[in-house]
Amino acid sequence: MSEHEIDARNLLCPLPVIRTQDAVKKLQPGDRLHVLCTDPGALHDIPTWCRINGHSVSDIIKHGREITIVVQVAEREA
Amino acid sequence: MSKQRKAVALISGGLDSMLATKAMLDQGIRVEGINFFTGFCVEGHTHAIRRQDAAKPKRNNALWVAEQLGIKLHIVDVIEEYKDVVLNPEHGYGANLNPCLDCKIFMVHKALEWIDANGFDFIITGEVVGQRPMSQRKDTMPVVARESGAEDRLVRPLCAQKLPATLPEREGWIDRERMFAFSGRSRKPQMALAKQYGFVEYAQPAGGCCFLTDEQYANKLADLWQGRGERRYELDDIMLLKVGRHLRPRPHFKMIIGREEGENNFLEGYRKQFVHLRAVNYDGPLALIDGTPDASDLKLAARLVCRFGKGRDVERMQVLITDQQGDSRVVEVAPLTTDDIPQAWYL
Repeated sequence: MSEHEIDARNLLCPLPVIRTQDAVKKLQPGDRLHVLCTDPGALHDIPTWCRINGHSVSDIIKHGREITIVVQVAEREA
Repeated sequence: MSKQRKAVALISGGLDSMLATKAMLDQGIRVEGINFFTGFCVEGHTHAIRRQDAAKPKRNNALWVAEQLGIKLHIVDVIEEYKDVVLNPEHGYGANLNPCLDCKIFMVHKALEWIDANGFDFIITGEVVGQRPMSQRKDTMPVVARESGAEDRLVRPLCAQKLPATLPEREGWIDRERMFAFSGRSRKPQMALAKQYGFVEYAQPAGGCCFLTDEQYANKLADLWQGRGERRYELDDIMLLKVGRHLRPRPHFKMIIGREEGENNFLEGYRKQFVHLRAVNYDGPLALIDGTPDASDLKLAARLVCRFGKGRDVERMQVLITDQQGDSRVVEVAPLTTDDIPQAWYL
């Protein structure tokens, strides 16, 4: 398992989801992806994207306008 | 045992594609969704920016629909490829700068590439004969099938009984009798089917999902091209057209003025790309300048910025002007009055 990060700050829906989706494709099962974003819509969309694709959100951290959503890549392909 | 057939559905987030997908799921087809992000999609961008809309739901409707249907959704960034559709539509524009027929051909073609790459059998759309004036007419729907290359691998479940049988029907993968014969602009059949399927909540009907169909937005895009002397755009350009007041006081520059705190915060992200202005001692908007203003233009821009801030009624105000390198200077100006601003400046 390894930790990864993408910067989706100042991007608006659905670009943070697209960046997350594209990054997850390159990761291994069990890896964690920290998605940095500022669009509050990501708080809804990234967890939804995770649910429909079998991944999970292990943490959401807010720092003022910035949000970090931690995506845990599914153990097996969903 | 027969082979499990697979289809990809173009999911806009609206009701029609939701119903069409459900109809195929009910016939035992394995369906995954695909959604193309062109940059012009109306998907909560403005809501995400404007503070006054903070309480409104910001969900992505395509993702929401996929979750309701229990299918995967692939969101594909087509921003670069889509430029050619917007700039050079072979079939022309609709009422504004909406190249609806070329857009549908493009998206079905992209879906065709996707099914070929992923081993899927056919494509589903929520199109209905006669529903849209450009891309969903009896004479243009075959054009989409033909020019996209999808031909008879394109299935429109909501109006399939009005169209020639497709490959999945002829092969017996799906039953024509369990599809529909909807036509025309009425939404009643879709709403009745939604009720039958138990869909209580769904997004507004299709057609309002693209900024290019919006007259005011299209005017701003046309102005952008005219101001630059060439027809081209980048993602930032088309995002900024959705935000703030746009005024063009002179042919060689325009201003983007935040209307509230959320928009000002969003425009802050572009400070390094544009000369920008803000009042010094009074609350007020951030304004970006796009173009090549000279010193007198900047003074005019400063007077305009004052007009939209809290100090609009004072005699003179200080305005901070900062260039792309971060070098700043303060000018003192008299705010413009409402009467000083010709309506023609507003885009």
